[in-house]
Amino acid sequence: MSEVAVEMITVVIDGFEVTVPKGTLVIRAAEQLGIQIPRFCDHPLLDPVGACRQCLVDIEINGRAFPKPQASCTIPVETGMIVKTQLTSPVAEKAQRGVMELLLVNHPLDCPVCDKGGECPLQNQAMSTGQGSSRFEGVKRTFEKPINISSQVLLDRERCVLCARCTRFSEQIASDPFITLNERGALQQVGIYENKPFESYFSGNTVQICPVGALTGAAYRFRARPFDLVSTPSACEHCASGCDMRTDVRRGKTLRRLAGEDASVNEEWNCDKGRWAFKYITAVDRLKVPMIRDEAGELVEASWPEALAVAAQGLKATSAAVLVGGRATHEDAYGYSKFARLALGTNDIDFRARVTSDEEREFIAAHVVNSSTTYRDIDKADQVLLVGFEPEEESPIVFLRINKQFRKRALKVISIGSKESVGVEKLKGEFVKVAPGQEAAAISAQKLTDKSVILVGERASESAGVFTAVAALAQSSGAKLAWIPRRAGERGALQAGAIGNLLPGGRPVTDSVARQEIADAWSVNSLPSQIGRSTSEIIASVNSDQIGALLVGGVDPLDLENNKEALAALDKAFVVSLEIAPSAVTSRADVVLPVAAVTEKSGSFLNWEGRARSFDTAVDDSLNRSDLRILSMIAEEMGTSLNLGTVTAAAKEIASIKNWQGEPLKMKTASAPAQRQLNSNEALITSWRRLLDLGTLQEGEENLAGTARQTVAVISAKRAQALGVANGDLLKVSTAQGSVTLPALIENIHDDAIWAPRNSRGSQLLTDLNAVHAEVVTVVRA
Amino acid sequence: MTENLEPLKPKDLGINDVEFYEVDQKPTVGFFGHMRGFWVTFSTMFKKPLTVEYPEVKAPTEERFHGRHQLNRHPDGLEKCIGCELCAWACPADAIYVEGENNTEENRMSPGERYGKVYQINYLRCVFCGLCIEACPTRALTMTNEYELADDSRAKLIFEKADLLAPLRAGMLMPPHPMYPDMNDTNYYNGDVKQAHPSQELDK
Repeated sequence: MSEVAVEMITVVIDGFEVTVPKGTLVIRAAEQLGIQIPRFCDHPLLDPVGACRQCLVDIEINGRAFPKPQASCTIPVETGMIVKTQLTSPVAEKAQRGVMELLLVNHPLDCPVCDKGGECPLQNQAMSTGQGSSRFEGVKRTFEKPINISSQVLLDRERCVLCARCTRFSEQIASDPFITLNERGALQQVGIYENKPFESYFSGNTVQICPVGALTGAAYRFRARPFDLVSTPSACEHCASGCDMRTDVRRGKTLRRLAGEDASVNEEWNCDKGRWAFKYITAVDRLKVPMIRDEAGELVEASWPEALAVAAQGLKATSAAVLVGGRATHEDAYGYSKFARLALGTNDIDFRARVTSDEEREFIAAHVVNSSTTYRDIDKADQVLLVGFEPEEESPIVFLRINKQFRKRALKVISIGSKESVGVEKLKGEFVKVAPGQEAAAISAQKLTDKSVILVGERASESAGVFTAVAALAQSSGAKLAWIPRRAGERGALQAGAIGNLLPGGRPVTDSVARQEIADAWSVNSLPSQIGRSTSEIIASVNSDQIGALLVGGVDPLDLENNKEALAALDKAFVVSLEIAPSAVTSRADVVLPVAAVTEKSGSFLNWEGRARSFDTAVDDSLNRSDLRILSMIAEEMGTSLNLGTVTAAAKEIASIKNWQGEPLKMKTASAPAQRQLNSNEALITSWRRLLDLGTLQEGEENLAGTARQTVAVISAKRAQALGVANGDLLKVSTAQGSVTLPALIENIHDDAIWAPRNSRGSQLLTDLNAVHAEVVTVVRA
Repeated sequence: MTENLEPLKPKDLGINDVEFYEVDQKPTVGFFGHMRGFWVTFSTMFKKPLTVEYPEVKAPTEERFHGRHQLNRHPDGLEKCIGCELCAWACPADAIYVEGENNTEENRMSPGERYGKVYQINYLRCVFCGLCIEACPTRALTMTNEYELADDSRAKLIFEKADLLAPLRAGMLMPPHPMYPDMNDTNYYNGDVKQAHPSQELDK
């Protein structure tokens, strides 16, 4: 889309001229002059509705005045328009006072117990445009005090001013029209459908945009007043969307997080996970002091110098490798990357703590590192192809952005997979149904243009040949390509070279010029030149005695394929664990070093675009240190200097290392496996992680868990008929490792496939089945 | 001489413009002069003393003396405080700390939705101005006449909710307990509840 020259219109507001693009609403034009017209229902990202009538102004066009004041939030500017707001027109001023008085007729006087008190647009505007006292002498309409419209959102209907912001958001932005305005007249109220609770992944935004205290969050209920809170701009650590956030802290305790404003990324929205999943930070079982394993094999508390000495000694004694989960910040990942190369002298480092493939590693080295597909490309795309990626579940803001373009201009969405998801249904996407493992052929068959965008998720690594096909399709069509991992730190870790085949800035380890550039930047003579091992190779090498020590930061071994092997490796090796809370790694580690959580340190994440999302320390008085600082201390103890004392120093060093300008690594092609023949009681499993599931970072937030989608096993109608099951009947899905029993749900899924959530209550496929995608499972009626 | 004195105008405020006058005062001399000076001392010997032997004797304060705060109760024993923090907001000395909490059916401390879980007043900071009392929307916070607020450590001068709560009087029950049957928080606020109802007593 080329930028068309926009017609500009000049209007006069309160005697001042302002020139704005055609179609601008009067209320927005007034804002440009700094004239604040009171409003409740108006929101720049929602369609105008004119519901609250608070923004009444006097308007005349070419000398002809409207007979009555008009709502400035619904009227676009026109040539020759003269607007008089409450500042210059007594009529508008009186009209606004009248509307305010009417709005307050039924509004309860319970500001002292209302969570919005102190930051309430109604409170503020009642002070600025309202009367000092009420003339209303009747009895106020009352409703039952708060009702749960979901486990995390409470609705107090008495306080509602019927601005319809929440219902418009749910319909226009999230496409989850689960709340509506019911009834008429004084009894009009926001309501939910009888048997459909407000289970939207984006419901928290309605709480944030509610201009009164009608919608409040259960997690923040009665926790604090705005003057108690110290607000810090921050970034979301939950996924690679990269939302701008605000963290509110009271006396060292994070009480709430709100969506920040960033027009180029999350606009003003975020998802419920980002908003409410932060209790893990204040969990009581956080690690606080270092621990080492004593002679008896027990973990005992130790001093920092002692623990660092033991860690350094153990890592120096044998060949060691680094596993860093996808949760590390860009600076921390850079620290791990530098530590592996300088202190351990190895390229055995991998940030991918999940099901991975070598094809993926080659793909991201060849096509993703240093690439710059952005949200803007989605805005401009003629079609979006989703491969191994469910935007609503795995990167919700990408979903909102696609949805925005779908609603605005019917953006075509194509999803290649085995099960049609709720998100793709909402986007009215073209669902290309393939058997699990057979995605590659369907990808090659797509016809894209150079304006298309291919969004490929991390799950593409679970089918051989997919990345090869995606790369070939992007090459042949010229389409933009983006890799959207699920975790917030993966893109940053990739740029920082926390992977075996790349050095920082996307430099191939096999290229001597690239190695020399980094060696110069790090003031060393040489760097290891052999391509390092991947996560699964590292684990296999530990079990075959080739690696004796592991440095593990923020990895859950239960996220890995063959997690029994991973646990065995952790038992066997000398493990130094950098963690925030006890986990399966810390219980097997020889040295446990506590690190700071996201709110306790500064740093940045790179979102899937590669855009830096930096954040500051929100909780100032925390004694916890960042991974980076601890790695520097271990390196110092080992006799190597990382020169990365602070996050600022690391950020400076990262900025000084430019992206690789030379030839990127080439990708070897991989081919898809042949289609498997299945018996009648066999199926190919396919799965993904839901947004709200049993993820470690969602621990301790019961209200949030309450809106998670139901755990089901999805089968096709044909299979249901063959098994003789209806919706809700129990199915037993089993492999050699174990089984899960789940209620059946018949949906649009490939006949060969069965879908179950990967990490939800009652369905943890990696540990229960050790099968997540395209592997044969047995499905019988339970 | 007084008629010569005129208020200085702002423009005349420079120090050089100030004029000094010699005051003509006669010294007290002679026997009667001294007697006049001692008369005040002598006459006081026959007056009733204003001082008391504190701390053995404690004189009552004025009725509206600003002393230690008190968190009041409704006549059935439920707390009046709703944990709204308006007192903390009003406090010019930042002496008050409040944390609100949700009332539940099992654990009801006050009528309505919300009660004050944590309530602290730091008497090292408090200036006894009474703005908190004015801010309180439920008359939960008032001031007593108690003025003996001294101690030997800083921690002891941070009064907790338990130190500030009014004692239970006749007809009151110790919260948590349910609200008076068929009454809502508005009834409580209007004073319709006069004492506890037998059904409010929980089996402890």
